[in-house]
Amino acid sequence: MSGLTPFLSAMGAVIWKDLRAEWRSREVISAMLVFALLVILIFNFALDLQPNVRAGISSGVLWVTLAFAGTLGLNRSMAVEKDRGCLDGLLLAPVDRAAIYLGKAFANLLFMLLVALIVLPVYGILYNTNLIIPGLLLVIFLGSEGYVAVGTLLASMAVQARTRDILLPILLFPVAVPVVVSAVKATGGFLAGLAWEEIQPWFTLLVVYDVIFTSVAFMVFDSVVEE
Amino acid sequence: MGALIEVRSLVKRFGAKIVLRQLNFSVEAGEFVALLGPNGAGKTTFLRILASLARPSMGEVWVAGFRLPQQAANVRRRLGVVSHQPLLYGDLSAEENLRFYGRMYAVKPLESRIDEVLELVGLAARRRDLVRTFSRGMQQRLAIGRAILHDPDVLLLDEPHTGLDQDACDMLDGVLRQIAAQGRTVVMTSHDLARVEDLASRFDVLTGGRITATQPAHGLARDGLLAFYRQALEAQRSLRGAVQ
Repeated sequence: MSGLTPFLSAMGAVIWKDLRAEWRSREVISAMLVFALLVILIFNFALDLQPNVRAGISSGVLWVTLAFAGTLGLNRSMAVEKDRGCLDGLLLAPVDRAAIYLGKAFANLLFMLLVALIVLPVYGILYNTNLIIPGLLLVIFLGSEGYVAVGTLLASMAVQARTRDILLPILLFPVAVPVVVSAVKATGGFLAGLAWEEIQPWFTLLVVYDVIFTSVAFMVFDSVVEE
Repeated sequence: MGALIEVRSLVKRFGAKIVLRQLNFSVEAGEFVALLGPNGAGKTTFLRILASLARPSMGEVWVAGFRLPQQAANVRRRLGVVSHQPLLYGDLSAEENLRFYGRMYAVKPLESRIDEVLELVGLAARRRDLVRTFSRGMQQRLAIGRAILHDPDVLLLDEPHTGLDQDACDMLDGVLRQIAAQGRTVVMTSHDLARVEDLASRFDVLTGGRITATQPAHGLARDGLLAFYRQALEAQRSLRGAVQ
Protein backbone atom coordinates (compact mmCIF):
# COMPACT_ATOMS: atom_id res chain seq x y z
CA MET A 1 0.00 0.00 0.00
CA SER A 2 2.89 2.38 0.83
CA GLY A 3 4.26 1.85 -2.70
CA LEU A 4 0.85 2.31 -4.28
CA THR A 5 0.21 5.78 -2.87
CA PRO A 6 3.20 7.54 -4.52
CA PHE A 7 2.43 5.64 -7.73
CA LEU A 8 -1.18 6.82 -7.79
CA SER A 9 -0.18 10.31 -6.69
CA ALA A 10 2.31 10.62 -9.58
CA MET A 11 -0.22 9.19 -12.02
CA GLY A 12 -2.85 11.62 -10.76
CA ALA A 13 -0.40 14.53 -11.09
CA VAL A 14 0.29 13.67 -14.75
CA ILE A 15 -3.44 13.39 -15.52
CA TRP A 16 -4.18 16.68 -13.71
CA LYS A 17 -1.36 18.42 -15.58
CA ASP A 18 -2.52 17.17 -19.00
CA LEU A 19 -6.17 18.05 -18.39
CA ARG A 20 -5.32 21.47 -16.99
CA ALA A 21 -2.99 22.34 -19.87
CA GLU A 22 -5.54 21.09 -22.40
CA TRP A 23 -8.33 23.07 -20.75
CA ARG A 24 -6.24 26.20 -21.36
CA SER A 25 -4.93 25.51 -24.85
CA ARG A 26 -7.60 23.17 -26.29
CA GLU A 27 -4.84 22.22 -28.69
CA VAL A 28 -5.26 18.45 -28.73
CA ILE A 29 -9.06 18.21 -28.53
CA SER A 30 -9.79 20.88 -31.12
CA ALA A 31 -7.35 19.37 -33.63
CA MET A 32 -8.82 15.88 -33.10
CA LEU A 33 -12.40 17.11 -33.25
CA VAL A 34 -12.09 19.22 -36.39
CA PHE A 35 -10.24 16.40 -38.09
CA ALA A 36 -12.81 13.78 -37.05
CA LEU A 37 -15.78 15.88 -38.18
CA LEU A 38 -14.12 16.61 -41.52
CA VAL A 39 -13.41 12.92 -42.12
CA ILE A 40 -17.02 12.00 -41.35
CA LEU A 41 -18.30 14.71 -43.68
CA ILE A 42 -15.93 13.69 -46.48
CA PHE A 43 -16.97 10.05 -46.17
CA ASN A 44 -20.61 11.12 -46.09
CA PHE A 45 -20.35 12.91 -49.43
CA ALA A 46 -17.80 10.59 -51.01
CA LEU A 47 -19.81 7.47 -50.24
CA ASP A 48 -23.17 8.61 -51.52
CA LEU A 49 -24.69 5.23 -50.96
CA GLN A 50 -28.06 3.61 -50.50
CA PRO A 51 -29.10 3.43 -46.81
CA ASN A 52 -28.78 -0.36 -46.68
CA VAL A 53 -25.24 -0.30 -48.18
CA ARG A 54 -24.28 2.58 -45.95
CA ALA A 55 -25.23 0.59 -42.83
CA GLY A 56 -22.75 -2.09 -43.85
CA ILE A 57 -19.74 0.21 -43.96
CA SER A 58 -20.60 2.77 -41.31
CA SER A 59 -18.78 0.94 -38.50
CA GLY A 60 -15.60 1.02 -40.60
CA VAL A 61 -16.03 4.74 -41.27
CA LEU A 62 -16.51 5.40 -37.56
CA TRP A 63 -13.35 3.55 -36.55
CA VAL A 64 -11.21 4.99 -39.32
CA THR A 65 -12.30 8.43 -38.12
CA LEU A 66 -11.56 7.67 -34.46
CA ALA A 67 -8.22 6.00 -35.25
CA PHE A 68 -6.95 8.87 -37.42
CA ALA A 69 -8.13 11.52 -34.97
CA GLY A 70 -6.61 9.49 -32.12
CA THR A 71 -3.22 9.40 -33.87
CA LEU A 72 -3.31 13.16 -34.22
CA GLY A 73 -4.03 13.54 -30.50
CA LEU A 74 -1.34 11.05 -29.44
CA ASN A 75 1.28 12.83 -31.51
CA ARG A 76 0.37 16.23 -30.11
CA SER A 77 0.18 14.99 -26.53
CA MET A 78 3.78 13.69 -26.62
CA ALA A 79 5.06 16.61 -28.72
CA VAL A 80 4.03 18.96 -25.90
CA GLU A 81 6.31 16.98 -23.57
CA LYS A 82 9.23 16.99 -25.98
CA ASP A 83 9.16 20.55 -27.27
CA ARG A 84 10.07 22.29 -24.00
CA GLY A 85 12.13 19.41 -22.67
CA CYS A 86 9.31 18.46 -20.30
CA LEU A 87 9.80 14.77 -21.04
CA ASP A 88 13.18 15.07 -19.29
CA GLY A 89 11.40 16.81 -16.43
CA LEU A 90 9.04 13.85 -16.11
CA LEU A 91 11.86 11.30 -16.36
CA LEU A 92 13.88 13.11 -13.69
CA ALA A 93 11.12 12.64 -11.13
CA PRO A 94 11.79 9.89 -8.59
CA VAL A 95 8.64 7.96 -9.47
CA ASP A 96 7.90 4.66 -11.13
CA ARG A 97 7.91 5.52 -14.84
CA ALA A 98 4.92 3.24 -15.35
CA ALA A 99 2.94 5.87 -13.40
CA ILE A 100 3.94 8.46 -16.00
CA TYR A 101 2.85 6.11 -18.78
CA LEU A 102 -0.51 5.36 -17.18
CA GLY A 103 -1.10 9.05 -16.47
CA LYS A 104 -0.42 10.01 -20.08
CA ALA A 105 -2.47 7.08 -21.42
CA PHE A 106 -5.43 7.90 -19.17
CA ALA A 107 -5.42 11.57 -20.25
CA ASN A 108 -5.18 10.52 -23.91
CA LEU A 109 -8.08 8.11 -23.42
CA LEU A 110 -10.21 10.91 -21.94
CA PHE A 111 -9.42 13.12 -24.95
CA MET A 112 -10.33 10.35 -27.38
CA LEU A 113 -13.57 9.52 -25.55
CA LEU A 114 -14.54 13.18 -25.43
CA VAL A 115 -14.03 13.46 -29.19
CA ALA A 116 -16.07 10.25 -29.68
CA LEU A 117 -18.82 11.71 -27.48
CA ILE A 118 -19.12 14.74 -29.77
CA VAL A 119 -18.61 12.86 -33.03
CA LEU A 120 -21.18 10.11 -32.35
CA PRO A 121 -24.34 12.27 -32.50
CA VAL A 122 -23.12 13.95 -35.71
CA TYR A 123 -22.32 10.55 -37.12
CA GLY A 124 -25.73 9.24 -36.06
CA ILE A 125 -27.52 12.07 -37.90
CA LEU A 126 -25.45 11.85 -41.10
CA TYR A 127 -25.60 8.08 -41.31
CA ASN A 128 -29.12 7.81 -39.93
CA THR A 129 -28.01 5.31 -37.29
CA ASN A 130 -28.98 4.91 -33.66
CA LEU A 131 -25.74 4.81 -31.68
CA ILE A 132 -27.15 4.92 -28.17
CA ILE A 133 -26.68 1.21 -27.57
CA PRO A 134 -24.92 0.32 -24.28
CA GLY A 135 -22.97 -2.53 -25.92
CA LEU A 136 -21.77 -0.23 -28.69
CA LEU A 137 -20.67 2.44 -26.22
CA LEU A 138 -18.68 -0.23 -24.36
CA VAL A 139 -17.02 -1.27 -27.64
CA ILE A 140 -16.05 2.36 -28.28
CA PHE A 141 -14.56 2.55 -24.79
CA LEU A 142 -12.62 -0.72 -25.15
CA GLY A 143 -11.47 0.06 -28.69
CA SER A 144 -10.27 3.51 -27.65
CA GLU A 145 -8.50 2.05 -24.60
CA GLY A 146 -6.57 -0.49 -26.67
CA TYR A 147 -5.67 2.07 -29.30
CA VAL A 148 -4.50 4.62 -26.75
CA ALA A 149 -2.60 2.02 -24.66
CA VAL A 150 -0.34 1.02 -27.51
CA GLY A 151 -0.45 4.49 -29.10
CA THR A 152 0.88 6.26 -26.00
CA LEU A 153 3.81 3.85 -25.83
CA LEU A 154 4.65 4.22 -29.52
CA ALA A 155 4.18 8.00 -29.41
CA SER A 156 6.77 8.19 -26.63
CA MET A 157 9.17 6.31 -28.92
CA ALA A 158 8.32 8.30 -32.05
CA VAL A 159 8.60 11.65 -30.31
CA GLN A 160 12.37 11.17 -29.99
CA ALA A 161 12.69 11.13 -33.78
CA ARG A 162 12.84 14.11 -36.12
CA THR A 163 10.16 12.50 -38.30
CA ARG A 164 7.78 11.86 -35.39
CA ASP A 165 4.62 12.99 -37.25
CA ILE A 166 5.16 10.38 -39.95
CA LEU A 167 6.69 7.75 -37.71
CA LEU A 168 3.78 7.32 -35.30
CA PRO A 169 1.16 6.15 -37.84
CA ILE A 170 3.75 3.87 -39.48
CA LEU A 171 4.47 2.24 -36.13
CA LEU A 172 0.95 2.33 -34.74
CA PHE A 173 -1.35 1.22 -37.55
CA PRO A 174 0.13 -2.28 -38.06
CA VAL A 175 0.19 -2.95 -34.31
CA ALA A 176 -3.34 -1.64 -33.83
CA VAL A 177 -4.87 -3.78 -36.60
CA PRO A 178 -6.35 -6.35 -34.16
CA VAL A 179 -8.06 -3.69 -32.04
CA VAL A 180 -9.42 -1.78 -35.05
CA VAL A 181 -10.67 -4.94 -36.79
CA SER A 182 -12.33 -6.34 -33.69
CA ALA A 183 -13.83 -2.95 -32.83
CA VAL A 184 -15.20 -2.55 -36.38
CA LYS A 185 -16.70 -6.05 -36.33
CA ALA A 186 -18.22 -5.65 -32.87
CA THR A 187 -19.58 -2.18 -33.75
CA GLY A 188 -21.02 -3.55 -37.00
CA GLY A 189 -22.65 -6.37 -35.06
CA PHE A 190 -24.35 -4.00 -32.63
CA LEU A 191 -25.50 -1.66 -35.42
CA ALA A 192 -26.93 -4.59 -37.40
CA GLY A 193 -28.68 -5.88 -34.30
CA LEU A 194 -26.92 -9.25 -34.35
CA ALA A 195 -27.27 -11.69 -31.47
CA TRP A 196 -24.69 -11.45 -28.63
CA GLU A 197 -23.30 -14.89 -29.56
CA GLU A 198 -22.20 -13.51 -32.94
CA ILE A 199 -20.62 -10.38 -31.49
CA GLN A 200 -18.97 -12.08 -28.52
CA PRO A 201 -15.81 -13.42 -30.29
CA TRP A 202 -14.88 -9.89 -31.49
CA PHE A 203 -15.75 -8.43 -28.12
CA THR A 204 -13.54 -11.01 -26.38
CA LEU A 205 -10.67 -10.31 -28.78
CA LEU A 206 -10.99 -6.62 -27.96
CA VAL A 207 -10.80 -7.28 -24.22
CA VAL A 208 -7.82 -9.64 -24.64
CA TYR A 209 -6.01 -7.10 -26.81
CA ASP A 210 -6.62 -4.37 -24.24
CA VAL A 211 -5.30 -6.47 -21.37
CA ILE A 212 -2.20 -7.70 -23.23
CA PHE A 213 -1.17 -4.41 -24.79
CA THR A 214 -1.84 -2.30 -21.71
CA SER A 215 0.24 -4.74 -19.62
CA VAL A 216 3.10 -4.87 -22.14
CA ALA A 217 3.17 -1.09 -22.57
CA PHE A 218 3.08 -0.67 -18.77
CA MET A 219 6.09 -2.96 -18.42
CA VAL A 220 8.29 -1.68 -21.26
CA PHE A 221 7.68 2.09 -21.04
CA ASP A 222 10.74 2.56 -18.83
CA SER A 223 13.04 0.91 -21.41
CA VAL A 224 11.43 2.80 -24.31
CA VAL A 225 12.08 6.24 -22.84
CA GLU A 226 15.58 5.41 -21.59
CA GLU A 227 18.32 7.07 -23.66
CA MET B 1 32.36 7.25 -0.65
CA GLY B 2 33.49 10.64 0.80
CA ALA B 3 32.57 12.83 -2.18
CA LEU B 4 28.99 13.72 -3.04
CA ILE B 5 29.68 13.00 -6.71
CA GLU B 6 32.28 10.43 -7.69
CA VAL B 7 32.93 9.40 -11.28
CA ARG B 8 35.56 6.84 -12.21
CA SER B 9 36.75 5.89 -15.69
CA LEU B 10 33.48 6.95 -17.29
CA VAL B 11 33.07 6.13 -20.96
CA LYS B 12 30.08 7.09 -23.08
CA ARG B 13 29.70 5.90 -26.65
CA PHE B 14 27.07 6.73 -29.23
CA GLY B 15 27.59 3.95 -31.76
CA ALA B 16 31.21 4.22 -32.90
CA LYS B 17 31.60 7.74 -31.55
CA ILE B 18 33.21 8.02 -28.12
CA VAL B 19 32.06 11.18 -26.34
CA LEU B 20 33.50 10.62 -22.86
CA ARG B 21 36.84 8.82 -22.46
CA GLN B 22 37.87 7.44 -19.09
CA LEU B 23 36.56 10.55 -17.35
CA ASN B 24 37.31 10.96 -13.63
CA PHE B 25 35.52 13.58 -11.57
CA SER B 26 34.80 14.22 -7.93
CA VAL B 27 32.80 16.87 -6.08
CA GLU B 28 32.68 17.44 -2.33
CA ALA B 29 29.53 18.60 -0.56
CA GLY B 30 29.04 22.36 -0.78
CA GLU B 31 31.32 22.90 -3.77
CA PHE B 32 30.22 25.00 -6.75
CA VAL B 33 32.02 23.46 -9.72
CA ALA B 34 32.09 25.21 -13.07
CA LEU B 35 32.61 22.66 -15.81
CA LEU B 36 34.13 24.56 -18.70
CA GLY B 37 34.73 23.39 -22.21
CA PRO B 38 34.15 24.25 -25.85
CA ASN B 39 30.98 23.24 -27.70
CA GLY B 40 30.90 19.52 -28.38
CA ALA B 41 33.28 18.66 -25.54
CA GLY B 42 30.75 16.31 -23.95
CA LYS B 43 29.53 18.55 -21.11
CA THR B 44 25.82 17.99 -21.73
CA THR B 45 26.31 14.24 -22.16
CA PHE B 46 28.22 14.12 -18.88
CA LEU B 47 25.53 16.07 -17.05
CA ARG B 48 22.80 13.85 -18.53
CA ILE B 49 24.61 10.81 -17.14
CA LEU B 50 24.90 12.45 -13.71
CA ALA B 51 21.19 13.27 -13.93
CA SER B 52 20.36 9.61 -14.71
CA LEU B 53 18.89 10.61 -18.09
CA ALA B 54 21.55 8.66 -20.01
CA ARG B 55 23.37 5.44 -19.19
CA PRO B 56 27.15 5.22 -18.98
CA SER B 57 28.74 2.80 -21.47
CA MET B 58 31.46 1.93 -18.95
CA GLY B 59 32.77 3.16 -15.61
CA GLU B 60 31.31 4.00 -12.24
CA VAL B 61 29.08 6.94 -11.35
CA TRP B 62 28.07 7.60 -7.75
CA VAL B 63 25.84 10.47 -6.64
CA ALA B 64 25.01 11.06 -2.97
CA GLY B 65 26.22 7.55 -2.18
CA PHE B 66 24.02 5.83 -4.78
CA ARG B 67 25.29 4.17 -7.92
CA LEU B 68 23.97 4.97 -11.37
CA PRO B 69 22.09 3.62 -13.17
CA GLN B 70 21.24 0.88 -10.66
CA GLN B 71 19.94 3.20 -7.94
CA ALA B 72 18.61 5.92 -10.23
CA ALA B 73 15.41 6.57 -8.27
CA ASN B 74 17.41 7.36 -5.12
CA VAL B 75 19.69 9.67 -7.08
CA ARG B 76 16.77 11.50 -8.74
CA ARG B 77 15.30 12.30 -5.34
CA ARG B 78 18.52 14.15 -4.44
CA LEU B 79 19.06 15.96 -7.73
CA GLY B 80 17.80 19.18 -9.24
CA VAL B 81 18.45 19.77 -12.93
CA VAL B 82 18.34 22.92 -15.03
CA SER B 83 19.06 22.62 -18.74
CA HIS B 84 18.95 24.87 -21.82
CA GLN B 85 15.25 24.15 -21.99
CA PRO B 86 13.05 25.23 -19.08
CA LEU B 87 11.27 21.85 -18.60
CA LEU B 88 8.12 23.84 -17.85
CA TYR B 89 4.62 23.68 -19.29
CA GLY B 90 3.67 26.88 -21.13
CA ASP B 91 -0.06 26.37 -20.59
CA LEU B 92 0.28 26.10 -16.82
CA SER B 93 0.92 29.04 -14.52
CA ALA B 94 4.14 29.37 -12.52
CA GLU B 95 2.54 27.97 -9.36
CA GLU B 96 0.76 25.19 -11.27
CA ASN B 97 4.08 24.08 -12.76
CA LEU B 98 5.62 23.98 -9.29
CA ARG B 99 2.56 22.22 -7.89
CA PHE B 100 2.83 19.55 -10.57
CA TYR B 101 6.53 18.91 -9.97
CA GLY B 102 5.97 19.12 -6.22
CA ARG B 103 3.48 16.27 -6.47
CA MET B 104 5.90 14.26 -8.61
CA TYR B 105 8.59 14.69 -5.92
CA ALA B 106 6.11 14.25 -3.03
CA VAL B 107 7.13 17.62 -1.53
CA LYS B 108 5.48 18.31 1.83
CA PRO B 109 4.13 20.78 2.83
CA LEU B 110 3.82 21.74 -0.83
CA GLU B 111 1.99 25.06 -0.80
CA SER B 112 4.32 26.78 1.66
CA ARG B 113 7.34 25.44 -0.24
CA ILE B 114 5.91 26.85 -3.50
CA ASP B 115 5.55 30.27 -1.82
CA GLU B 116 9.13 30.07 -0.55
CA VAL B 117 10.59 29.11 -3.93
CA LEU B 118 8.62 31.72 -5.89
CA GLU B 119 9.86 34.33 -3.43
CA LEU B 120 13.47 33.14 -3.85
CA VAL B 121 13.40 33.34 -7.65
CA GLY B 122 11.55 36.66 -7.60
CA LEU B 123 8.36 35.46 -9.30
CA ALA B 124 5.87 35.64 -6.43
CA ALA B 125 4.02 38.52 -8.13
CA ARG B 126 3.66 36.52 -11.37
CA ARG B 127 2.67 33.22 -9.75
CA ARG B 128 -0.71 33.00 -11.50
CA ASP B 129 0.56 33.99 -14.95
CA LEU B 130 0.97 31.37 -17.64
CA VAL B 131 4.57 30.39 -18.24
CA ARG B 132 4.21 30.98 -21.99
CA THR B 133 3.78 34.70 -21.23
CA PHE B 134 7.13 34.79 -19.38
CA SER B 135 10.35 36.11 -20.86
CA ARG B 136 13.20 33.65 -21.36
CA GLY B 137 14.92 35.00 -18.25
CA MET B 138 11.82 34.56 -16.10
CA GLN B 139 11.34 31.03 -17.42
CA GLN B 140 14.92 30.20 -16.51
CA ARG B 141 14.44 31.58 -12.99
CA LEU B 142 11.31 29.49 -12.62
CA ALA B 143 13.25 26.50 -13.97
CA ILE B 144 15.71 26.97 -11.11
CA GLY B 145 12.75 27.18 -8.72
CA ARG B 146 11.49 23.88 -10.13
CA ALA B 147 14.91 22.32 -9.71
CA ILE B 148 15.27 23.31 -6.03
CA LEU B 149 11.62 22.74 -5.08
CA HIS B 150 12.33 19.36 -3.47
CA ASP B 151 15.42 20.71 -1.69
CA PRO B 152 17.98 18.56 -3.55
CA ASP B 153 21.52 17.93 -2.30
CA VAL B 154 22.98 18.46 -5.77
CA LEU B 155 22.05 20.97 -8.45
CA LEU B 156 23.12 20.31 -12.04
CA LEU B 157 22.97 23.29 -14.38
CA ASP B 158 23.60 22.83 -18.08
CA GLU B 159 24.51 26.20 -19.59
CA PRO B 160 21.60 27.98 -17.86
CA HIS B 161 22.59 31.36 -19.35
CA THR B 162 21.93 30.23 -22.93
CA GLY B 163 19.67 32.67 -24.76
CA LEU B 164 19.48 35.21 -21.90
CA ASP B 165 20.26 38.91 -22.28
CA GLN B 166 22.64 40.69 -19.89
CA ASP B 167 19.92 41.77 -17.42
CA ALA B 168 18.42 38.29 -17.32
CA CYS B 169 21.89 36.78 -16.82
CA ASP B 170 22.53 39.14 -13.90
CA MET B 171 19.21 38.23 -12.28
CA LEU B 172 19.91 34.52 -12.79
CA ASP B 173 23.38 34.94 -11.26
CA GLY B 174 21.74 36.60 -8.25
CA VAL B 175 19.52 33.56 -7.75
CA LEU B 176 22.48 31.18 -8.22
CA ARG B 177 24.52 33.11 -5.62
CA GLN B 178 21.69 32.74 -3.11
CA ILE B 179 21.54 29.01 -3.83
CA ALA B 180 25.31 28.66 -3.44
CA ALA B 181 25.13 30.59 -0.15
CA GLN B 182 22.71 27.94 1.14
CA GLY B 183 25.60 25.47 0.93
CA ARG B 184 24.11 23.45 -1.91
CA THR B 185 26.43 21.46 -4.15
CA VAL B 186 26.32 22.79 -7.70
CA VAL B 187 27.83 21.58 -10.97
CA MET B 188 27.34 24.06 -13.79
CA THR B 189 28.53 23.68 -17.35
CA SER B 190 29.48 26.63 -19.52
CA HIS B 191 31.60 27.39 -22.55
CA ASP B 192 31.89 30.99 -21.41
CA LEU B 193 34.31 31.62 -18.56
CA ALA B 194 32.97 35.14 -17.97
CA ARG B 195 29.60 33.68 -16.99
CA VAL B 196 30.89 31.54 -14.16
CA GLU B 197 34.01 33.28 -12.85
CA ASP B 198 32.19 35.03 -9.97
CA LEU B 199 30.07 32.04 -9.02
CA ALA B 200 32.24 28.93 -8.87
CA SER B 201 34.52 27.69 -6.12
CA ARG B 202 36.32 25.38 -8.55
CA PHE B 203 36.89 25.27 -12.30
CA ASP B 204 37.26 22.04 -14.26
CA VAL B 205 37.94 21.95 -17.96
CA LEU B 206 36.37 19.18 -20.03
CA THR B 207 37.93 18.71 -23.43
CA GLY B 208 38.13 15.67 -25.67
CA GLY B 209 35.87 13.70 -23.35
CA ARG B 210 38.13 14.08 -20.28
CA ILE B 211 38.69 16.48 -17.41
CA THR B 212 41.98 17.97 -18.55
CA ALA B 213 42.50 20.65 -15.89
CA THR B 214 41.22 21.57 -12.43
CA GLN B 215 41.69 24.86 -10.61
CA PRO B 216 40.24 26.04 -7.29
CA ALA B 217 38.86 29.58 -7.53
CA HIS B 218 40.26 30.64 -4.17
CA GLY B 219 42.72 33.50 -4.56
CA LEU B 220 42.68 33.30 -8.34
CA ALA B 221 42.50 36.65 -10.12
CA ARG B 222 40.53 37.03 -13.34
CA ASP B 223 43.72 37.09 -15.44
CA GLY B 224 44.96 33.92 -13.80
CA LEU B 225 41.65 32.22 -14.49
CA LEU B 226 41.68 33.23 -18.14
CA ALA B 227 45.25 32.01 -18.49
CA PHE B 228 44.29 28.68 -16.87
CA TYR B 229 41.37 28.17 -19.27
CA ARG B 230 43.39 29.16 -22.34
CA GLN B 231 46.24 26.83 -21.35
CA ALA B 232 43.83 23.93 -20.88
CA LEU B 233 42.24 24.49 -24.28
CA GLU B 234 45.63 25.00 -25.93
CA ALA B 235 47.04 21.83 -24.40
CA GLN B 236 44.08 19.90 -25.78
CA ARG B 237 44.52 21.40 -29.26
CA SER B 238 48.23 20.51 -29.25
CA LEU B 239 47.44 16.98 -28.13
CA ARG B 240 44.84 16.58 -30.88
CA GLY B 241 47.30 17.97 -33.44
CA ALA B 242 50.00 15.56 -32.30
CA VAL B 243 47.60 12.60 -32.55
CA GLN B 244 46.48 13.63 -36.04
